[in-house]
Amino acid sequence: MSMLIFEISKPGRRCSTLPKCDVDFVAVPEEFKRNIPMNLPEVAEIDLVRHYTNLSRNAFGVDNGFYPLGSCTMKYNPKINEDVAALKGFTAVHPLQPEETVQGSLEAMHVLGDRLCKITGMDAITLQPAAGAHGEFTGLSMIKAYQLDKGETQRNKLIVPDSAHGTNPASAVMAGFTVVNIPSTPEGTVDIDALKKAVGDDTAALMLTNPNTVGLFEKDIVKIAEIVHNAGGLLYYDGANLNAVMGITRPGDMGFDVTHLNLHKTFSTPHGGGGPGSGPVACKAILAPFLPAPVVTFNNGAYTFAKPAKSIGRVRSFYGNFLVYIRALTYIMSIGAEGIREAAENAVLNANYMMEMLKDSYDVPFGGPCMHEFVLSIERLKKQTGISAADIAKGLVDKGIHPPTMYFPLIVPEALMLEPTETESRETLDNAIRAFKEVYAMAFDNPQALRDAPLTTPVGRPDETTAVRNPILSYTVNN
Amino acid sequence: MKLPEDLFFSKTHEWVRYEQDGTAFIGLTDHAQEALGDVAFINLCDEGESFEFGDVIGDIESIKAVTDVYTPVSGTVTHVNDELLDAPEKINSDPYGSWLVEFEGVARNEELLDAEGYEKFLAETE
Repeated sequence: MSMLIFEISKPGRRCSTLPKCDVDFVAVPEEFKRNIPMNLPEVAEIDLVRHYTNLSRNAFGVDNGFYPLGSCTMKYNPKINEDVAALKGFTAVHPLQPEETVQGSLEAMHVLGDRLCKITGMDAITLQPAAGAHGEFTGLSMIKAYQLDKGETQRNKLIVPDSAHGTNPASAVMAGFTVVNIPSTPEGTVDIDALKKAVGDDTAALMLTNPNTVGLFEKDIVKIAEIVHNAGGLLYYDGANLNAVMGITRPGDMGFDVTHLNLHKTFSTPHGGGGPGSGPVACKAILAPFLPAPVVTFNNGAYTFAKPAKSIGRVRSFYGNFLVYIRALTYIMSIGAEGIREAAENAVLNANYMMEMLKDSYDVPFGGPCMHEFVLSIERLKKQTGISAADIAKGLVDKGIHPPTMYFPLIVPEALMLEPTETESRETLDNAIRAFKEVYAMAFDNPQALRDAPLTTPVGRPDETTAVRNPILSYTVNN
Repeated sequence: MKLPEDLFFSKTHEWVRYEQDGTAFIGLTDHAQEALGDVAFINLCDEGESFEFGDVIGDIESIKAVTDVYTPVSGTVTHVNDELLDAPEKINSDPYGSWLVEFEGVARNEELLDAEGYEKFLAETE
């Protein structure tokens, strides 16, 4: 393993030589001085460059190779996004500047919000939340405020299907709801009868992903929305899977009242050990008064920040991850409305192509065409060969492919979940299909080699159980 | 693996061992630990809490997922296996020797399966 930057530090080493100070030295007032010196690493430029270059070579990102991590939409992030986000007008501003001096930045936020509302079929938006689960918490807090405002204090139950993203029940509990789990049908979609039984005058909302986590479109969504609305509940759309349907259908048209979007998934901004993420929340007019403050509005020819009438308050310092907005806006404006639709169509096409090509070896638990992602089950292979989903994933690493999502969704034993995204070419998909089949054959021909994989990475098989039980999350500097 | 004949089983993969004095021990089946993978943490209810059949009495975290543990019997918890909280890996190595909680005032739950019935249930669901 590489050393930490603190471990290669030597006192007095510097990256640059500054000219002699030609102004008078002014001492920092005593009361503002630190008691102990700041412990910053001291390294020469060559060591600094090598340290981070080597770290980057030990990592794997979408710029290195195919990254079919299901439920994560690891699409390529066009570099034009970076060019625009690096423009001085966006980087050399301060969040405390007067509104009239940052009209361009406010306009960018307003235009992005407007585009996202159009894509989701919603009326109003906040860009503040810093990531998807943060968006869930924000949207659910708005639902809570809405129900309380109506005097419906008994509505404390949030219905979540058992196939949901793990963040859904977690966000619901954090927002103060009690979670009611409903089972999925054998086809992997919402069980309408179970939903009918679950709703009542204590229902605050239903939280749903569509397409759902097994990659299937909930065809009964309009009926589902009707059942929940008739019971007095609202519908929350988990926007994690929006990439499958954007430009084709909209959560707002399906009957949803509020949704978060993952700019770092659907709108091509960086994520995965990096980011930062961004999880705007868009809603119908009935929830707009409860949006976090401030929101950007346009009045009398000028952009201003405003506080919605019954705002749940601030959910993030300042205005959220502003430069991520610029990247997402660049993406939306560079591909346009047609491009948005085409991205969704190709995402679905690529997933179906891979699924069809892998069907003759891997088991596909849910039949029929999938949406933007699909699930394979390694259960039968495990019984035949002892090779698990994790072993298959490790084998793929040696083929230069980032593993698919493992052991999710929970309703599929030994699950592998693949989301190729629209940005991959036919050639990349064909190479990946070949690699998946080779690893599958290895389970029979040379299972030990798979158990030993990966051999090509700096770290092979870390002790995950010990890492979970006794995580070492900090490093103590020896002075 | 052979299932212990003196245990009864739920369809959510918990086992129960009835004692002569009306108490009962609860644990997770071999199938459950196999499906979970290496167990990292287990959270259990407090002693003195009462539950109905099917209630959640805790959750178990493996490197794959976090899953609820449901009680296969109704009654009041008299003991929680503290030793297991510190060494949850015992659930993997000895699932039928690793009880989670002890209940008192337990009546026989007719909905549970005996060893043969549970074996059949496992074969059917596969």
